[in-house]
Amino acid sequence: MNELTADNLQLWRGEQHVLRGIGAVVAGGQCLQVTGANGAGKTTLLRALCGLVPLEAGRICWRGRDIAVDAAAFHSELNYLGHDNGLKADLTATENLRYAAALRRPVRAQDIAAAMARTGVAEAAGQLLRHLSAGQRRRVALARLTLTGGSLWVLDEPGSNLDAGGHTLLLELIGTHLQSGGVAVVATHRQLALPAAQLRSLTLQ
Amino acid sequence: MSEQRVGFAAAAAALIARDLRLALRRSGDTLQPLGFFLVVTALFPLALDPQLSLLRDIAPAALWVGALLSSLLALDLLFREDAQDGTLEQLALCGLPFQGLLLAKTAVHWLLTGLPLVLIAPLAATALGAPYEAMPGILAAVLLGTLALSLIGAVGAGLTMSLKRNGSLLALLVLPLAAPVLIFGARATALAIAGEPLAAPLYLLAAFTVLSATLAPWALAAAVRIGLE
Repeated sequence: MNELTADNLQLWRGEQHVLRGIGAVVAGGQCLQVTGANGAGKTTLLRALCGLVPLEAGRICWRGRDIAVDAAAFHSELNYLGHDNGLKADLTATENLRYAAALRRPVRAQDIAAAMARTGVAEAAGQLLRHLSAGQRRRVALARLTLTGGSLWVLDEPGSNLDAGGHTLLLELIGTHLQSGGVAVVATHRQLALPAAQLRSLTLQ
Repeated sequence: MSEQRVGFAAAAAALIARDLRLALRRSGDTLQPLGFFLVVTALFPLALDPQLSLLRDIAPAALWVGALLSSLLALDLLFREDAQDGTLEQLALCGLPFQGLLLAKTAVHWLLTGLPLVLIAPLAATALGAPYEAMPGILAAVLLGTLALSLIGAVGAGLTMSLKRNGSLLALLVLPLAAPVLIFGARATALAIAGEPLAAPLYLLAAFTVLSATLAPWALAAAVRIGLE
């Protein structure tokens, strides 16, 4: 059973005590919505949950195992979308998705095309990423998310630069992910319109 | 959930292919280090008396200082862009050995700056008056030396990738560490030009390259992880 637990997370950034005893439990099929003012530490928390930032104290477990013990196994199930899209500006959308998928699982050309059609950027497939708008780039990043799978999604402001249709799409993608038993952690300013049973909330001070 | 995973070799090959494709797309930037090396080595004969004996004396120094500096030119971009656009995070979080993936990126740096230098070295050495018999020795030294330069340089590039202006700091970090390459490489080249046995400096250069290849991946992964925090 997929389950992410965080217990008493403590983290300092220089003089600033960013995470003060954060705790959360997110089970399979649930989404943890992380909210808080700018600078409250949402991104830091998400990066800590991925294992990118070492903790001062506390423990993060995935399926009951500390993520620091077998980071490779944890990372192979993790799919992270940060502020930056993780895409190269000088590659086309298709090439970006092909190389991103090559790090995770074998995909066919039609899988890539299907992922781009799903996120509404099929017509931009052959264009260099630097020629796309910020919203289109975000949609290509969402295509990467669906293409590379993983049972734990960690998304940092996934809705930034997206239009209204993009927000609906994002909710659909998260909903599908949760229905298949996946776990999602989403930092957002905008309330996620998910069923109450699927939604957990965490507000950082 | 059991998912089919890609192996490390396939992922590293895809990463190398990606970086080579990107380099091809900006061939202007990619060719700069090679052009720099050629210009630097060609300037020495112009600045000196065109006596063959004098040229042969300074040839090792000209070749190796040129190689060191041109290797440095392309280092700045090795991890910086990947760190800025978030692809480096994706490498760190893909569940494959991070050291290995960074080593694959370092291999691309060698393919783009080291290998062209190996191929052009006979030409540059001839321009500096080196006899034909010296070429095998010079080639061996440049091959070993450029490998070590890429490995050491990558650690420096990893340490400085998140700094705003890192050009001179990178040089300050990397050049002292690369001094053994300069010393043994230049010595081997000088002996090759003089027609004397060059096994001793060549072996020391090889040993230094092996040492770099052993230690650099771990230092590199640690440096890049700190940069990603």
